[in-house]
Parts: sequence; C-alpha cells; structure tokens
Amino acid sequence: MLRVTGLDKTFTLHLQGGRTIPVFHQAGFAVRAGECVVLAGASGVGKSTLLRLVYGNYKAAAGEVWVRHRDAEVDLVTADPRTVFAVRRETMGYVSQFLRCLPRVPAVDVVAEPLLALGVARDEARVRARVLLQRLRIPSSHLDLAPATFSGGEQQRVNIARGFAHPYPLLLLDEPTASLDAANRATVVELIQEAKARGAALLGIFHDADVRDRVADRFVDVEAMRAAA
Amino acid sequence: MSVTGGPLLQVRGLSKHFGRILAVDDVAFDLWPGEVLAIVGESGSGKSTLLSLLAGRLAPDRGAVLYRAKDRGVEDVVTMDEPRRRVLARTEWGFVHQSPRDGLRLKVSAGANVGERLMAVGHRHYGNIRERALDWMTRVEIAADRIDDLPATFSGGMQQRLQIARNLVTEPRLVYMDEPTGGLDVSVQARLLDLLRGLVTELSLAVVIVTHDLAVARLLAHRMMVMQRGRVVELGLTDQVLDDPQAPYSQLLVSSILQG
Repeated sequence: MLRVTGLDKTFTLHLQGGRTIPVFHQAGFAVRAGECVVLAGASGVGKSTLLRLVYGNYKAAAGEVWVRHRDAEVDLVTADPRTVFAVRRETMGYVSQFLRCLPRVPAVDVVAEPLLALGVARDEARVRARVLLQRLRIPSSHLDLAPATFSGGEQQRVNIARGFAHPYPLLLLDEPTASLDAANRATVVELIQEAKARGAALLGIFHDADVRDRVADRFVDVEAMRAAA
Repeated sequence: MSVTGGPLLQVRGLSKHFGRILAVDDVAFDLWPGEVLAIVGESGSGKSTLLSLLAGRLAPDRGAVLYRAKDRGVEDVVTMDEPRRRVLARTEWGFVHQSPRDGLRLKVSAGANVGERLMAVGHRHYGNIRERALDWMTRVEIAADRIDDLPATFSGGMQQRLQIARNLVTEPRLVYMDEPTGGLDVSVQARLLDLLRGLVTELSLAVVIVTHDLAVARLLAHRMMVMQRGRVVELGLTDQVLDDPQAPYSQLLVSSILQG
C-alpha cells in the first residue's frame, strides 16, 4: 500500500546563514494493507518528519513515496499537485498531533468535511460524524460547537474522528493518543483494529507503550535511516 | 474536481513594468477547475498587479493568459478584444475587491446589486431575477428583508458577502479575489472564510486569491505562490510551503507569523 525508497531529507535554514541539517539518507520501508507499522526511535530522531515526508507537507530532496491509489501506484514526490490532492482526498488520511480548523465551524462539520469533499451528501456526512464523535465521548451538547473552546483532549478526539470518518486505505497517525484518558485510548485502539480488519494500511507514532504494543504489527527503526550529521 | 479538458487557466511568461520597476517578472502557472491558488507576499511584491493582468484589467508587456472558455476552447486574455473580455468578466469570471465599495453599486438596493449581473447576461423576467437574488442573499447569510435596502446601510462584513453574492449569482467558473477578508473583524473573517470554502467545494470554483494573511491561505488554498519583487520565489502545495518552505524569502515570511 505504501512503499518508500531512497528518501533523502536535508533542511536548509536560509535565515541562519544557510546552515544545513541532514536528517535522512536513503530512508526506505513499506506498509502492507491490513497492517499497522510503528515508527520507533527516541524523541527528536525524526519520526514526525518521516510521516510528513510521506504525506507531502515536507518536501523530499530525493527518493520516492509510492502509494497505491485507484488501482495504480503513484509516486507522491514527483506527482503533479492535482494527483496529490486526489490521493489525500480518497486514499491517504493523516491525523496530526494538533487540530487545525476554521474558527466557528462546529465540531460535527469539521469531521464531516472530508466526506463532503468526496461527494457524500451533507446529511449523511453529519450523521456519520456524530456517530464517530459520540463514540469518542464528545458530549452531545458539544457537537454543534466550534472545537476552539474544547480541551486539548477533546480537540484531539475531534481530530481523530476527522481522520477516521472516511475509510482511507492508508492512514498516517502522529501520536493520536497523546492527550487521551484510558477509555478514549481504548476506543482509538479499537478504531485502529477495525481499520486493519477492513484492510487499511496504517503508519503511526505512538509514545504510549501499552497502545503501541496493542496495535503494532511491525516496527521500523527510524534511527537507522538517519543521515550522518 | 473535473479532469476533462485540461487546465482552466494557463499563464505563461507574464511580465509587466511600471517605469523602471519590474512589477511582475516572468510568471507562469496552471490553474484547474475547483482549485484555489493563493498568491502571498509583502506589499509591493506584485500580487495585485498580477491579479489585474490575469483578469485582463491591465495589459502585460509580455506573456500569455490562456483561458479555456466554456464551449469555445482556449482564448488568450491578453490579445482578446475588449467586448469579449467584458462578456467573460460578467459571465464566466468574478472579481471580488478588497473594498466592497469597489465591487458594489452603493446607490442601488442590495437585491438590484445581485440581480444586475443576471440582467447583464440576458435574464429579463423580474420575478425570477428577484427570486435568484433572494436565494443568493440567503446563501451568503443576509436576511431576506434587507433585499430592498441600500448596501451603504450594511456593515463591512455584510457588504463583502453581498459582493460575493453579486459575483457568484451568474455561476462563474473562475473568481479572482484581492484580499477579500482584509478589512474585516476577525470574527466576521472566520465566517466569510467558512462560506467561501463551502462555495468553492459546492460550485467547483477555480479561485486565485491574493492575501497577505498566511492563515487565510492555509485554510482556503490548495496551492500557494510566494512572490517577492515581482518574481515567483516558490510555488507548491499550501501545507508544504507553510510547513517546509524552501526559498529564503518564504522561510522569512513563514517565520514572521505570530503564533496564535
């Protein structure tokens, strides 16, 4: 489902005299349908950077990121922007560490939005969003409020619901359980297991050892892909 | 996003001087139906000049603006005659100005401001025109009972929404926006952005939006073009340009945002 090969990444800090920070050299790994691969390594080793290189909000200097999309393989590093948007809309979801959304848009619409972009009718999208938000224990009274006023844990759950609203064949998860209590962590583990059961490929970062052990099929050692400093 | 027929707009080698100043220097890009492109950069970087060149309101020194017209094939905005450009400007294009006062007629009613564009494209039945004007006023969240009021009695945010209704009533395919949320309160801005986002998806609009507000660009645009002294220094996916800017000037721009 996802195949990364020969990926290089160096940050060039033009505002600091053009200082360069090499991060990855010849990084490579793969994620198959139905499995959850966990990026392992100490804090600061570049796990989130690797996830962003896959999603494409970080730009790779070299290498390929192949994703299976509409029965063909697409290299996201060289694909034209419209193809990247189609892959993000239909095939590859991303749950970031923090929720970023329009102020004043109700939680239910934040979650329904990726469905609307796929052409799901508004009413149906809202119903699916409500079900998911309630499953993640967002109080009914909050569903029609904008998440800006929610607690950190509630915002993270809105973010998770948004990521799981559409059954993406490939899902990237950046510490989805970081600020959640035990009951909600368990729900996220369930969602991940259901996604695996329907054949989704998942690539994630999990600091919580208990969650990690329950969802991981394999580990990828990010340290081993580091570029020499 | 429709994939048939190719890009809606193909811009090639567009340049414009003002005296010795090169305001727009060799700009090129494609825009597809349903795609929102944000042009960002500091004041004087050539953003608004570029927008005027694209809309044919200003003639370039060099370059082409190839527009794929409905049922007509590709036409060059730079070389087309003025009557044809005017027809496109009131049918297939929209232009939302920073100040609603530049895009509205303040001496006629809100309903007439919206209905006027319909009459310009040949609608004659008064009842239908009024009904569609009313429909669009509701869609931009202006109360129906304000239809006969003059825009001068509206707040800035309402005027801006009225300008958007006036532009969208003829169902254009391509809309140019020059700092559309510029002069508005933050709370009004958020609602307008939400409205624009919904309309872009619903109508599969292609939009070129000039803004100095990177948060607006992040929320609205698929792709982002960073301009400095008339040149495009970076063009990429919006989140890539904001999260991992490559050009020195893009890095400066992004690092200058206050974290809210």
